[in-house]
Amino acid sequence: MNKNYFEIIRAGINSTFQDLGRNNLYHIGVPFSGAMDNRNYLLANKLVGNDYDDPVIEFAYQGPHLKYHGDKINIAITGDVSFKIKNGDNLIDGECYQSFILENGDELDIISTNKSVYGYLAISGTFDLKFQWSSCSTNTKAKIGSNNGEKLSDNQKITIKEINNNFVNRKLNYVNTKIENIRVIKGTNFNYFSEEGKKIFFKNEFKVSKLSDRMGMRLEGKKIENIVDTNIRSEGLIKGVIQVPADGNPIIMLSDHGTIGGYPKIGVVVSADYDKLVQLTPGSKVKFQEVDLNSAETLFKLYDLETQNLISQI
Amino acid sequence: MIKNISNLGDAALYCDFGKDVNKDINTQVIKYFKTIQKKNILGVNNITPSYNKLIISFDLKKINFNKLKKIIDNIEIIKGDSIQNKKFEIPVCCEKEFSLDIKRLEKKLKMKEEKIYESFFEKEFFCYMTGFIAGMPFLGDLDENLRAKRLDTPRVKVPKGSIGLTEQFANIYTFESPGGWNIIGNTPLNIFDSTKEKEPNLINPGDLVTFKRITKEKYQNYYE
Repeated sequence: MNKNYFEIIRAGINSTFQDLGRNNLYHIGVPFSGAMDNRNYLLANKLVGNDYDDPVIEFAYQGPHLKYHGDKINIAITGDVSFKIKNGDNLIDGECYQSFILENGDELDIISTNKSVYGYLAISGTFDLKFQWSSCSTNTKAKIGSNNGEKLSDNQKITIKEINNNFVNRKLNYVNTKIENIRVIKGTNFNYFSEEGKKIFFKNEFKVSKLSDRMGMRLEGKKIENIVDTNIRSEGLIKGVIQVPADGNPIIMLSDHGTIGGYPKIGVVVSADYDKLVQLTPGSKVKFQEVDLNSAETLFKLYDLETQNLISQI
Repeated sequence: MIKNISNLGDAALYCDFGKDVNKDINTQVIKYFKTIQKKNILGVNNITPSYNKLIISFDLKKINFNKLKKIIDNIEIIKGDSIQNKKFEIPVCCEKEFSLDIKRLEKKLKMKEEKIYESFFEKEFFCYMTGFIAGMPFLGDLDENLRAKRLDTPRVKVPKGSIGLTEQFANIYTFESPGGWNIIGNTPLNIFDSTKEKEPNLINPGDLVTFKRITKEKYQNYYE
């Protein structure tokens, strides 16, 4: 039993198990969670012949260094990631969007993401994980999900429940592009801000701050002046909402966000841009561009079509 | 009743019940929440009630704003159907080590500690909503004389079980979290339990809550 496992030599900075996340729990204070970059999550699973909603390991910046023990298994990494595979004395440079076979004793060293934040590791099989509300997604703030709600740590084991004997070599030609203009629909408190503040929001550049994680992304720029009230009555939030607290700097809600918030909402990032938004590294410069609801829906259709297209190419 | 429905981004409905915060309006919000929840509308993936707003988010692959708005516009809430209020008594220990901000509150409110507690423990609270962090109940309303603003600089870590006050509300920190509410005590009771998937929250919107002062000894032996 469980003779197949990874030994974690180095866990990486923020490595967690993720899947599609959990629905219908905002009202009790539990956010979606789930893989930050949905497209790369789906592609990782397809590359190893898994179901589209199987758990994967998400890592940020520096990924895990793993030693594999067990029967041969297929793996794939998506995102923009540098990694190496050590097989005996052979050291192979890994490539994203391509499946690789790991054998007993092989090491997989996920060195870093390049000019991006998140990457994904899928295996041709299922990890032995705890599910809560039908999702394994780890929410480290609320201690919910697999691995007791904690990120992976050095020297622990990752046990594999089952290997699907799917050793087809799969490959996809795909390059992640970096977003510079984040498309946004005006928020419900747009009119809380001065004319000058609104102009700054849509015309000026903002810098992604170091204080960004799975909960939210903080941005720095010219102060967006509020002329009504810097607080609102606390109300529900969703992924992509851009709140502006009293200091005038925007904060974008990401997958592990608090479900309720009391800062005015200046805008909401369109669904089509979410995957690329989360990949912005601290220091990146971005601009916000206004779109209306109709265009946002069209953009999402295009985004979804492109994703389906990529999946069908594998 | 819903006064206006607008879009929050491209994947959520923002249902506005007005500006006021009171039990009647919040009860309306909760009724809508429960009715919509029961309907299991295809594509709806979260419904978040708050004091006077209801946000319904959806999967843009399955439904869009205009289609869902039509459904919500036509939803009928049964009149006179009252929400069920469960009642809870929450034990609170107010020893120095737990009442982190009581001295600060004495100054802010210009009231003696005993008077603050007297007024707090007399009250029956109504749960307006839960959230921010998992299971945190937002309870109202505090008497006018107990209303204070948040701390100027929020704490990086508020201990689990802390009872906080701010403006007209009291809350309970269900686990250690950053926060800026004025902490007056701590409950040994577990308010959120993620292993109980069906009912992880002890207190839900619409429930009634009173607090009961307990000794440190009782606090320490609570689960024995």
